[in-house]
Amino acid sequence: MINDKRVRIVIGHYGSGKTEFSLNYVTKLAKMDKKAMLVDLDVVNVYFRSREKAEELTKMGIRVIGGSINANALDIPMIPGEVMTAFQDESFDAVLDVGGDPAGARTLGRYVGYLTEGNYDMFFVLNANRPETKSVEQAVEYMIKIQDTARAKVTGIVNNTHMLKSTSIDDVLKGYQFALKVSEATGVPLRYNVVLEDLVSELPKDLKGEVFPIELIMREEWML
Amino acid sequence: MEKVLMKGNEAVCAAAIAAGCKYFFGYPITPQNEIPEYMARELPKVGGTFIQAESEVAAINMVYGAAGAGARVMTSSSSPGVALKQEGISYCAGAELPAVIVNMMRGGPGLGSIQPSQTDYFQATRGGGNGDYKTLVLAPADVQELVDLTIEGFDKADYYRNPVMILGDGFIGQMMEPVVFKDRSDVELPEKPWATSGTKGERKPNIINSLYLGAEELEEHNIHLQAKYAEMAKNEVKVESFGLEDAELVIAAYGTTSRICKTAISKLEKEGYKVGLIRPISLWPYPFNEFEKINDDCKGVLTVEMNTGQMTDDVQIALNGRMPSYFYGRTGGMAPTPEEIVNKVKEILGGDR
Repeated sequence: MINDKRVRIVIGHYGSGKTEFSLNYVTKLAKMDKKAMLVDLDVVNVYFRSREKAEELTKMGIRVIGGSINANALDIPMIPGEVMTAFQDESFDAVLDVGGDPAGARTLGRYVGYLTEGNYDMFFVLNANRPETKSVEQAVEYMIKIQDTARAKVTGIVNNTHMLKSTSIDDVLKGYQFALKVSEATGVPLRYNVVLEDLVSELPKDLKGEVFPIELIMREEWML
Repeated sequence: MEKVLMKGNEAVCAAAIAAGCKYFFGYPITPQNEIPEYMARELPKVGGTFIQAESEVAAINMVYGAAGAGARVMTSSSSPGVALKQEGISYCAGAELPAVIVNMMRGGPGLGSIQPSQTDYFQATRGGGNGDYKTLVLAPADVQELVDLTIEGFDKADYYRNPVMILGDGFIGQMMEPVVFKDRSDVELPEKPWATSGTKGERKPNIINSLYLGAEELEEHNIHLQAKYAEMAKNEVKVESFGLEDAELVIAAYGTTSRICKTAISKLEKEGYKVGLIRPISLWPYPFNEFEKINDDCKGVLTVEMNTGQMTDDVQIALNGRMPSYFYGRTGGMAPTPEEIVNKVKEILGGDR
């Protein structure tokens, strides 16, 4: 994480777990005493968006940029001008939680002038348990489509294969093998293996990519 | 088959296609837009047709046409959109047409909000359209149950020649959960000798209609419909319950709310409270008899819903004055939290233990 670029863009198939990854990532930044910022660029989803957790994050000292109108029932694809702060104010370590699919990645086109190679990281979150990204071909096709729409290059693959709270170590390892194949096919390195905190000790030690322990921030107590 | 992670709105479509649904007619509305998107993408792959109609009214009438021609057909919407479909649903019921209608409910009244609610309980169970008719109303509590009830819903719709409503709240549509699809490749769909599928010169034309010019004839038709609904009421009740024999209080809740209640019940159990649950899965027919299993010393039934208490009517009919009926609910797109329910139960049962 230390070596990641200042601007981290999180993309992927919708439902791959981008928001949980983004929230955990920005929380870790805050715990490292970084001046952290979370940008919710999701114009695709209407429920379970990272801006719903704005209050908790703000308390941790994280700057949250979501919709410019504070109404959780608003169904308007809006991007506040404030998003520019992430690109222009270099004192921030920023995480951009982008909406799923190529449709969601379209918002990034607005910032193409800032997205020069080498000054950002773009993480492609992969969940091998989602039906639309189950084969290597499908995953690669998704990645290329999102890259084309975003007009930016993926710099790292994130293995986020899970079954929500019932995720087993087998899910993670199945996803690891899958992510390696996608990495081989695209030449993009596998950067993170996301795993629930209590499963970390079961992971083999010699995995490629960093182990990224998470807690489920978006799932309510009564959810699976 | 393998377990996959799906959003409710995608899963209901995959279930419909697995059940042999070939046609979808609808009009977009949040929070169920993934349904028309999925159907637009996937139906052509199985030789089916997706049409985005010019309105909800048009969509339900396309459903009427396709169902009349013998097709397995579905439409979906969310609360205000389903309100618009009521005329067509009544026509389908009158003409005895099988179809599956999905409602991912949002806050109301009017345009309301896009957040989850359960405010269409009356609309679904009392019949939002004109006339004496009933639709089978199934209320899933998780994405797996949504899949199973949708598949079963198509079979029941055909069996009874009647519309079936899948009543989910916005959470059910938007939530991502693990699902498994059972193999149905060996299931043969029933013949529909009544459908307007072409006479091929071998029989008299079939007629699909809900208009009767003679009053006697229409009364006869209504008697036939009521007999059918009585059979449905006898055979199609679905309910989950626990703890009724020794509960101090019973919670009645359906859909997502029932899950929040289960979390609350296990919290209460740890504090020494015995709380039972009745979770109607079919909202019509309603599981009235289940309430008879509640022990006589029980302090009452607490209904919890994301509305202002629509199901309490049915709960009170079921209780028939035997014990008090209480209510706790949130509206507008707000969901109750387990803590709120715990507090309400304590308020009824009196103090901390």
